[in-house]
Amino acid sequence: MDSNIKRELMIENFENPFHKESKNGKEFIKANTYNASCIDNIDLYVRIKDGKIYDAYFDGEACAITISATSLMVKKIIGMTLQEARNFITEYYHMVNFENYDKTKLGNLLIYEDIAKQPSRKKCALLPVQALEKSLEICEEGGKNDK
Amino acid sequence: MNREDFLMCKDALIYLDNGATTFKPKQVINKVVDYYTKYTANCHRGDYDISQKVDFEYESTREVVRKFINADSREEIIFTSGTTESLNMIIFSFMRHYLKKGDEVLITKAEHASNVLPWFELEKEMGIVVKFIPLTRDYKVTLDNVKAVTTNKTKVISLAYITNVIGDVRPIKEISEFAHQNNILLCVDGAQSVPHMKTDVLRDDIDFLAFSAHKMLGPTGVGILYAKKKFLEVMPPFKYGGGMNIKFESTKELEYKEVPLRFEAGTQNIAGVLGLKAAIEYIESIGIEKIREHEIKLREYLIKRLKEVSNVTVYNEASESGIVIFNLDKIFAEDTANYLNHYHICVRAGNHCTKMIKDDLGVKNTCRISLYLYNTFEEIDKLIDVLKNSKNIYDIIL
Ligand SMILES: Cc1ncc(COP(=O)(O)O)c(C=O)c1O
Repeated sequence: MDSNIKRELMIENFENPFHKESKNGKEFIKANTYNASCIDNIDLYVRIKDGKIYDAYFDGEACAITISATSLMVKKIIGMTLQEARNFITEYYHMVNFENYDKTKLGNLLIYEDIAKQPSRKKCALLPVQALEKSLEICEEGGKNDK
Repeated sequence: MNREDFLMCKDALIYLDNGATTFKPKQVINKVVDYYTKYTANCHRGDYDISQKVDFEYESTREVVRKFINADSREEIIFTSGTTESLNMIIFSFMRHYLKKGDEVLITKAEHASNVLPWFELEKEMGIVVKFIPLTRDYKVTLDNVKAVTTNKTKVISLAYITNVIGDVRPIKEISEFAHQNNILLCVDGAQSVPHMKTDVLRDDIDFLAFSAHKMLGPTGVGILYAKKKFLEVMPPFKYGGGMNIKFESTKELEYKEVPLRFEAGTQNIAGVLGLKAAIEYIESIGIEKIREHEIKLREYLIKRLKEVSNVTVYNEASESGIVIFNLDKIFAEDTANYLNHYHICVRAGNHCTKMIKDDLGVKNTCRISLYLYNTFEEIDKLIDVLKNSKNIYDIIL
């Protein structure tokens, strides 16, 4: 993808992030992730119903990469089954680690394919999927899963 | 000034994070290297020449520190690992015994974590009450605001002389007079003030003072705890072990050394202490007032020039130190710092270990510039040029 297009998509999602608001209702699982070495800090809110991600939101203060990646991820995961979400996480890790990965699973998040070339920014791009991983763990531990 | 003494002062690098730590002049580095290459030995063990040399250097550092902060006696100077350890010693050794349940301690929301968390822990442990002195609209502490929250239960006021985010200089002398009239102890976090302005613990009648060598051209891992002798005499040691005892028997009979050695258990950071001596001697060879004058001139210039950049907000214009915090409109502090890093300009983004100030400041994260003697007007000019070009920030960082 052309780097200008990538950049524009990041800026657009940073300046006008999708579903950026706190959801403190019981039906949402909240998972926080932050970078120990910098100041990015986000909360991801997912609502899981009938084995699917029924809805998702996020909030927090973070850099352009973290906010835009979280915004795009939230858009992407709504409607996924839990298995699809797990596959998505795996592929995303493969991508930022420069391993073989299935491009068809990542949609717009492909724009972060080069991010690990800047090691200091890789962790920014990983925050949203780490939050999603946490949410799924909470769900599996018998957290909230509306039937 | 004096850039030639600092190997880290290279043309391509603009270091504006002196509040975090400072560069070391070659005089300090040489002192440390000399210890490691010419007279390595432990101290207070001295049966041979090089150990006696170490003893002399180590103990004479106490005198150099004493003079530097104008303490009464060299016995009031204790070497620690840094401001954090000094404050922990004051709070967990002295205050834990001095305070009683219900006693009140006054701090502010602008204090560094190391002057907050030990107090919070002591509050949980023994039921003291930690209260916040309200800040003015400029985030300052005034004597009136101190008075407003003082009650007959107030036993300690614990404040940074200069805060690490706002950079305001607190009216410590006035607060000290008020505190002592009311039987209140005054504990001062000097991490950001001792390196940058004349410290005089007698003039200000400070009961406890903590500061770090690495923020004043010295090595990392060394700090100082100053306390009035009468308090040290009754303070229990924070650590126990070798070097601090006179005897201990299988009958459990034991005896500890006098102040200050009682507080320096185990092998100390000898190289660091000697480096600190060289750092203070270096600062004194220039004159701390001269350093402060230079910083204030740089600060005024920096503020004036930042005003030329239309999308910059400065949050602490009223402060009187080398600390300036700002943000670019709509840009996250970390992104700004990343952008500046691209031009080899080092600033700190974040909340600077002062996580409660956001309540007052209204923003959680800022970029902090903190100046020191080797910074120049030309560096500020370069910074301003880069900030003026920040319209293309995302082309650079994304
Ligand atoms: C005001 C203040 N207090 C305490 C500290 C802690 O100092 P150190 O990390 O050297 O223990 C700092 C360091 O950032 C500081 O700025």
